[in-house]
Amino acid sequence: MNYSSMMLEVAVVVLGLGLLLADLWTPIEKKRNLGYGAAIALALVLIWSFQWKPVEDSLQSMYVLDGLALFFKRLFLVSAIVVLIMSVEFAARMEAGISEFYALILFALAGMMFSASANDFSLLFVSVELITVTFYVLTSFQRNRLASLEAGVKYLIFGALSSAFMVYGIALVFGTAGKMNFAGIAAMAPQLAGNKIFLLGILLILVGLGFKIAAFPVQMWAPDVYQGSPTPATAFLAVGSKAAGFVLLLRVLFTAVPEVAAHWTTLLIVISIITVLYGNLCALPQRNLKRLLGYSSIANAGYLLMGVAALNDSGKSAILYYLGGYVFTLLAAFTVICVVMREVEGEDISALAGLNQRSPLLAAALSMSMVSLAGLPPLAGFFGKFLLLKAVTEQGPVNSAYYWLAAVLVIGAVISLYYYLGVVRAIYWSKNPPKATSICVSWPVQIALYGCIIGMLYLGLFPNRVVESANRAVAALERPGPMTAVAHASGESR
Amino acid sequence: MLTAIILCPLIAALLLCLVPRSFVVVMRVVAIVATFISMVLAIIVFWRYDGAAMGLSGFRFEQQVDWVKSLGISYHVGVDGLNVGLILMGAVVAFAAACCGWEIRERDNERQKEFCILLLIMSGGILGAFASLDLFFFYFAHELALIPTFIMIGVWGRGPDKNYATFQITLYLSVGAFISLIGLIALYLQSGAKTFDIVGLIAHVKQHPIPLRDQNFIFPLLLFGFGILISLWPFHTWAPLGYGSAPAPTAMLHAGVLKKFGLYGLIRIALPLLPEAAQSWTNVIAWLCLGNIFYCGLVAMRQKNLNWLIGYSSVAHMGFVFLGIASLSLIGITGAVLVMIAHGFLAALTFGLSGYLYQTTGTLEMDRMGGLLRKLPFLGTALIMAMFAGCGLPGFANFTGEVTVFFGAWKQFPLVTGIAVWSALVIGAVYMLRAIRNIFHGPVPEQLMAVAESTWPLRKLPYLVLLVSLLVFGFFPRLLTDKITPSAKKIIEMANTPSATPVARVETGQVVSVP
Repeated sequence: MNYSSMMLEVAVVVLGLGLLLADLWTPIEKKRNLGYGAAIALALVLIWSFQWKPVEDSLQSMYVLDGLALFFKRLFLVSAIVVLIMSVEFAARMEAGISEFYALILFALAGMMFSASANDFSLLFVSVELITVTFYVLTSFQRNRLASLEAGVKYLIFGALSSAFMVYGIALVFGTAGKMNFAGIAAMAPQLAGNKIFLLGILLILVGLGFKIAAFPVQMWAPDVYQGSPTPATAFLAVGSKAAGFVLLLRVLFTAVPEVAAHWTTLLIVISIITVLYGNLCALPQRNLKRLLGYSSIANAGYLLMGVAALNDSGKSAILYYLGGYVFTLLAAFTVICVVMREVEGEDISALAGLNQRSPLLAAALSMSMVSLAGLPPLAGFFGKFLLLKAVTEQGPVNSAYYWLAAVLVIGAVISLYYYLGVVRAIYWSKNPPKATSICVSWPVQIALYGCIIGMLYLGLFPNRVVESANRAVAALERPGPMTAVAHASGESR
Repeated sequence: MLTAIILCPLIAALLLCLVPRSFVVVMRVVAIVATFISMVLAIIVFWRYDGAAMGLSGFRFEQQVDWVKSLGISYHVGVDGLNVGLILMGAVVAFAAACCGWEIRERDNERQKEFCILLLIMSGGILGAFASLDLFFFYFAHELALIPTFIMIGVWGRGPDKNYATFQITLYLSVGAFISLIGLIALYLQSGAKTFDIVGLIAHVKQHPIPLRDQNFIFPLLLFGFGILISLWPFHTWAPLGYGSAPAPTAMLHAGVLKKFGLYGLIRIALPLLPEAAQSWTNVIAWLCLGNIFYCGLVAMRQKNLNWLIGYSSVAHMGFVFLGIASLSLIGITGAVLVMIAHGFLAALTFGLSGYLYQTTGTLEMDRMGGLLRKLPFLGTALIMAMFAGCGLPGFANFTGEVTVFFGAWKQFPLVTGIAVWSALVIGAVYMLRAIRNIFHGPVPEQLMAVAESTWPLRKLPYLVLLVSLLVFGFFPRLLTDKITPSAKKIIEMANTPSATPVARVETGQVVSVP
């Protein structure tokens, strides 16, 4: 195994350990500023990551560094930077141990970055556990708030249960295939495709991954945990953890067991339909903004699963593009929530009344992110939904169930207009806005928000580069072989 | 040139975001000036467009920039006879709607800023949709214009049913838009051309026609998706309620211009690309259009509220366009485009005037009005002229369009045309003339004794512009038909003879700019 290709993760872990050490010598009133230092360091790592080229010869090893892995690593780094800035803003609401909070975010980030490269069930499990276990702590970090503790306990119970499913599934797969490596399992697939124990193992692994992305039927935790956790933890959970779940899902389904995936189209279609409808319908009556985003995240998991269910390259690259837009959109929303809800306990939507007078920047950022989530032009969400719709319709002639999938996507998008635009309405057109006290927004938060806004607009108005890099990244998922390796080497330029 | 027409309102909207909200006058002026520039440019384009001398691909003022290369999406605008008139109409109506913005100023000075921005985005989106020669941008621009409509109705709408109207119009139009989006994507995929460019698609389909099975699947998606947007019977119920609750500028822009998007899409995309399916569906379209003309005409007779009456009559007028499309003949299609343009001016005029009337009298219930011609001479005259145009009186552009449609459709659908003519002339005249009698004649009710017209001449400007346009194209329809006919001919040729004759492929992917 080649450790030099892991330098990005090593850098993040070292940064986390260094942060814990730095905490010892930092005076207590300065500790919150460590977060800015960590964010700057991550920004440097992000810049460094663009120097990296995909490595193609590592397909048999447990760690791969292909275009897909790099795409997701950059995505995770961007989200961690914004989440760190958010956490600094949130520091006053923590009892103690803010530097530990930063360090845990970095360790979760390392887990996500490992998961992006996982090409082996053991690395998959380790990276998932690294993410999940850090989130047990992150979600319950506000020890004096009952809601936060409740969120932590719920996440713990569901997370442990799904980890158990996953590790049992991995055991069954290993028992039947005798291999952990994705490429190795793919090579044995013809013998295994009819083996019921092997299939059960894969199913259990999928259940475990379904928990990470909050797909039906293991979506129950999402609204409660989103609502109760500290806002930065929620943001990281919604963005990073979900994206990690999807990259693993893509790798397992399309690298390790493509035959099984092709057999299970109906299952994937049904699950994505139920997830979309469940998320959207349950979001309708919500008044708590974070809970609403929890249900919306279930619905979005459903949309993304449609891209998986489409089983074609345009579906996969649609997932990558969609997640790229989703990161900026959700980070903008959670940053605004983090700043606005400083004084308010309930996080009720009505607390947004008159926000446009209190801070035009926050109002604009939140409404843009809602508009983007609703899938309206010219923001990133529209083009993402368009790509998904195209991918799904493309499969229509093969199996007419895909037309139903497209119809459900449309229905979900129409339902979601109601609650997303409801938030925009609360910001600008509330009946009797309270006395306007302007909100002061610190400059790092301003930078983060402008960054997210530019990201949403850039992806929506000039999707060309991201779509192309997503296409290249997806090509890496093809069956490992000399042909594809050559194609990657010539296709990669970034 | 076209890009400037589209971008002018959008850039103005961006600029307004930076203006503090207390500068109400600045916003109004910026909105009016931006739409005015668009209108002047659109007039220049219209004037310089010459039906005979076409560019390489049959379009003029073309401009193409790659957008997403891997999907074959590009920003591609251009005009031919079909859309040059529509762009002119859209720009004129946008200017008139911007001028009518004072309705909002008096009711809600605080949020003038948002209203101006939304109105400008809507104008830019509409013009973009009509100028676009790329399926994706065609849809993108329409959606960009549609969302502000919902917000404007929801926030500045009037009447007790405002919330329900917003809810209904959002639901209907989003569903319609999404259905047509699925249709457009399916069209892109099934054609196999790997491009969203309409010119490229047409050239590709000429050589490799889409299989009949796929055509029969895609055409209904487009027909009903667009049909919901156009208020095709029986999907029309959102229209009267929505327009009844909308603020006047929104109703002007939506009923006048945005609604024509679906019709334009059917003519520009569905007919040439899906010819066999279009032919098999013409009967259905013809009979459905009677639902619009006849049924909605009857319903309009029963209305007591002026805005509802205009709403139903505008739904009824859409029937003529459908009839023209169903005829699949050169005269019919030319007539359909004429009606689209004429009705755009007319709908904007009537909704603008009814907004003015509502603002002066505080009501639109016709039985609570009367004798207002004496009190409001300009408004009354203008509205009476608009009503006459609506019944199809010669001299107004609507007459030319409707008569052309009837000539075109007579051969295929004598029965449908007969009923349509009868209901257009008789039913239309009944409800329009009754409305005139109720509002403008008879004794003046007590509570309306004090009303008076504004003496500020600028307030009459938008109505005058629209009336003059109606009359100009009514007296000189050749201005339009000379431009429409050559382009309509191409559409008809494709729709009627789906042959596999090889045609020189148009080179796409490079910037073509024809002066």
